[in-house]
Amino acid sequence: MGKTLAEKIWAEHVVRQVEGEPDLLYIDLHLIHEVTSPQAFDGLRLTNRKVRRADLTIATEDHNVPTLNIDKPIADPVSKLQVDTLRANCKEFGIRIHSLGDKDQGVVHVVGPQLGITQPGMTIVCGDSHTSTHGAFGALAFGIGTSEVEHVLATQTLPLQRPKTMAINIEGSLKPGVTSKDIILAVIAKIGTGGGQGYVIEYRGSAIRALSMESRMTVCNMSIEAGARAGLIAPDQTTFDYIKGKPHAPEDFDAAVAYWSPLFTDKDAQFDAEVSLDASELEPFVTWGTNPGQGLPLSGKVPNPAEITDTEARSAAERALVYMGLEAGTSLKSIAIDTVFLGSCTNGRIEDLRAAAEILKGKKIASTLRMLVVPGSARVRLEAEAEGLDKTFIDAGAEWRNAGCSMCLGMNPDQLAVGERSASTSNRNFEGRQGKGGRTHLVSPLVAAATALRGTLSSPADL
Amino acid sequence: MEKFIKHTGTGTPLRRSNVDTDQIIPAVYLKRVTRSGFEDGLFAAWRNDPDFVLNNDAFKKGTILVAGADFGTGSSREHAVWALQNYGFKVVISSRFADIFRGNSLKGGLLTVILDIAEVEALWAAIEADPNTAITVDLESRRVNYGDKSLPFDIDDYTRWRLMEGLDDIGLTMKQTDSIDSFEKTRPTFKPKTLPIRS
Repeated sequence: MGKTLAEKIWAEHVVRQVEGEPDLLYIDLHLIHEVTSPQAFDGLRLTNRKVRRADLTIATEDHNVPTLNIDKPIADPVSKLQVDTLRANCKEFGIRIHSLGDKDQGVVHVVGPQLGITQPGMTIVCGDSHTSTHGAFGALAFGIGTSEVEHVLATQTLPLQRPKTMAINIEGSLKPGVTSKDIILAVIAKIGTGGGQGYVIEYRGSAIRALSMESRMTVCNMSIEAGARAGLIAPDQTTFDYIKGKPHAPEDFDAAVAYWSPLFTDKDAQFDAEVSLDASELEPFVTWGTNPGQGLPLSGKVPNPAEITDTEARSAAERALVYMGLEAGTSLKSIAIDTVFLGSCTNGRIEDLRAAAEILKGKKIASTLRMLVVPGSARVRLEAEAEGLDKTFIDAGAEWRNAGCSMCLGMNPDQLAVGERSASTSNRNFEGRQGKGGRTHLVSPLVAAATALRGTLSSPADL
Repeated sequence: MEKFIKHTGTGTPLRRSNVDTDQIIPAVYLKRVTRSGFEDGLFAAWRNDPDFVLNNDAFKKGTILVAGADFGTGSSREHAVWALQNYGFKVVISSRFADIFRGNSLKGGLLTVILDIAEVEALWAAIEADPNTAITVDLESRRVNYGDKSLPFDIDDYTRWRLMEGLDDIGLTMKQTDSIDSFEKTRPTFKPKTLPIRS
C-alpha cells in the first residue's frame, strides 16, 4: 500500500524504531524564541549538555518585543530580561539569532520561510504551536513544549508517537473576497477544536493547489486550532518557485527538486480520516465566540445557544456570548469594532498587507476605531515600505508598527482594554488572549480592512 | 523527575470545556525565565471571580483537577503544566486533552488521565457532594478509584514506565547517540543549514 505525504516524511527521519517505544525522529530545523527557551538552556547547563547542532538552529525575538521605539531598551524589565536571556544563551551556545533591529527579526514562522530555510520534506519544530505554518512547504512541522526544546537542543531528535493522518479535501474555486483564512476558519468550524486531535492534516484539492505559498501558510498555520499538531500541503511548482532565490535556497537546486518532487501522497495510500469542503460555497468567515471553532459566515447571525443540542457545546456557547457581550440573533455585520489588528504568523506576510492596503487606498478608517498594522517581520516591513504600503496605511489613519507577535497574544504593550472588541487577522479568540477582558473576532485581512473602513464587521463586498 | 506511581488526594471540579492554555496561564505571566513561580498566573483571569472553583475553600486542598473536554487547547506553552504543578496539582482528569498539552504534561510528570465524559460527570457530582472524597490515581494498575468506583484508564506502556521510573527523556535518547551519528551521515547534503549565515 502507498504512503501519505506525512508518512513518507516520517519514514525518512526515523533514527530508531523499536516495538513498544516511540519512534526517535531526526529534526532538520529547530526555531527558537525568547519565551519557551530559557528553561531549556538552563536544563542544558544543569546537566552539562551541549547544543548538538547549532547549525540547524535559529533564534529570533518575537513574542514579547515592543513594536514601537525598538531602538530604545525594552521598557518592561521582565520582558527585557527574557530577551536578554535569549541573547546570552545564543551567544553561549553559538546559535544564530536575529534580534530587534535586524532585518531578519520577526515572527519566527515568517522568518523561516523568508530565509528559505523552510523546505519540503523537512522535520521542523519550535516551542510554539503555530509551527504547523511551515507545513505549507510539504514539511512535517509542529509545536513542542520547553522540555522538548531542551531535548532537541541536546540531541537534534525527539521521541514521538506516530500520528494518524487526515485528508481535508477542498475542491472548487473561491469566490472573490474569500481567502485562505476563510477556508481554515470554515474547516475549524466544521470539525471543531478537537476534530484534528491526534492527526496530521494534509490539505488537498484544487482550491489548495490554486493558493499562493503565503495563503497556504495561513491554512497550515491554524491546524492547531482544529486540534492537529501539524498540517501540510504537498510541494509543487508554486513551492519550488517560492524557495528559489531565497538566501538559504539549496545551491544544488535541481538535486533538491528531484528529492522534493516525489513528496506527495500515493494514489493508493489510505488516510485514517477524510473531510471534504466545497470552496465555491465558502463566504468570508468570522468567529463570534471564544474558541476558533465558534465561527460563521459573516452574513449570519449570532447563534442562539438554546438551539444547540449538544449540552457541552451549548454551555460553551452560553459562556461565550456572555464574555463577548453579544445577544443571540444579532446580525454579525452590525457588531461595532474598536480595534482592527492586521498582523501575526497567520496573516502578517506581504500578500496580507498588500490585500488590505488595496482596500484602504485613498480612504480613511472609521473614526470610532484604531487600526494596528504589524508586519510579520522586519523584512516584510521593508518590502512593504518599498512598495509604499506604509503610506497607504498611515494615510488611511492606521498605525504602522515594527515586527513581532504583538496583539495576537497580548504579551507586549499592544493589548486590548477590558471590554474592547477587535477584528483580528490572528489565530485565537480565546478569552483575554489579546488583553485581559478583550473580545476578539477572527477575520481575514480583507474583512479586517473593510471593517476598518465601516466600523462594523464587514466584507469588501459591503463597501 | 519525581517518580509517579500512585497519588491520593481530593478533587477540584472545573466544569468547563475547551480550557485553553491562555486561560490556564495568560501570556503576560510567561515572562519568567525559571520553571517555578507560575502559580500566581494559574487561571489568573477566572480567579478574579469570587465564585470560581479555586476560590472555594471547600476545594482549596484539591490536588486532582477534574475538567471538561478539550483541556489544554491552544499554545504549546509548557508554563501551563508548570503553573498547575506549582499550584499543587498532581493529576488532571478530562475526557479529552489537546495533544501538545498532554505531551508536555507527561514529560513533566503531571499525570493527565482520560476518562469518559459520563465518568467525568459522575466524578464532578461526587466531589461536589463531598469535597473530601478521596480519589486515588494509580498509574501502576491504571485505575482511578474513589468511593466504590474503580475506573480503568489508558496510557501507553512506555510513558507509564518512564513516569513510574521518573526517567529523563533526554538521558534515554543520549544512549542512542551512535544511531543519531549514523543517521546524520545519510542526510542529503542540500538540506539547509542556518550557519554559516547567507543573506
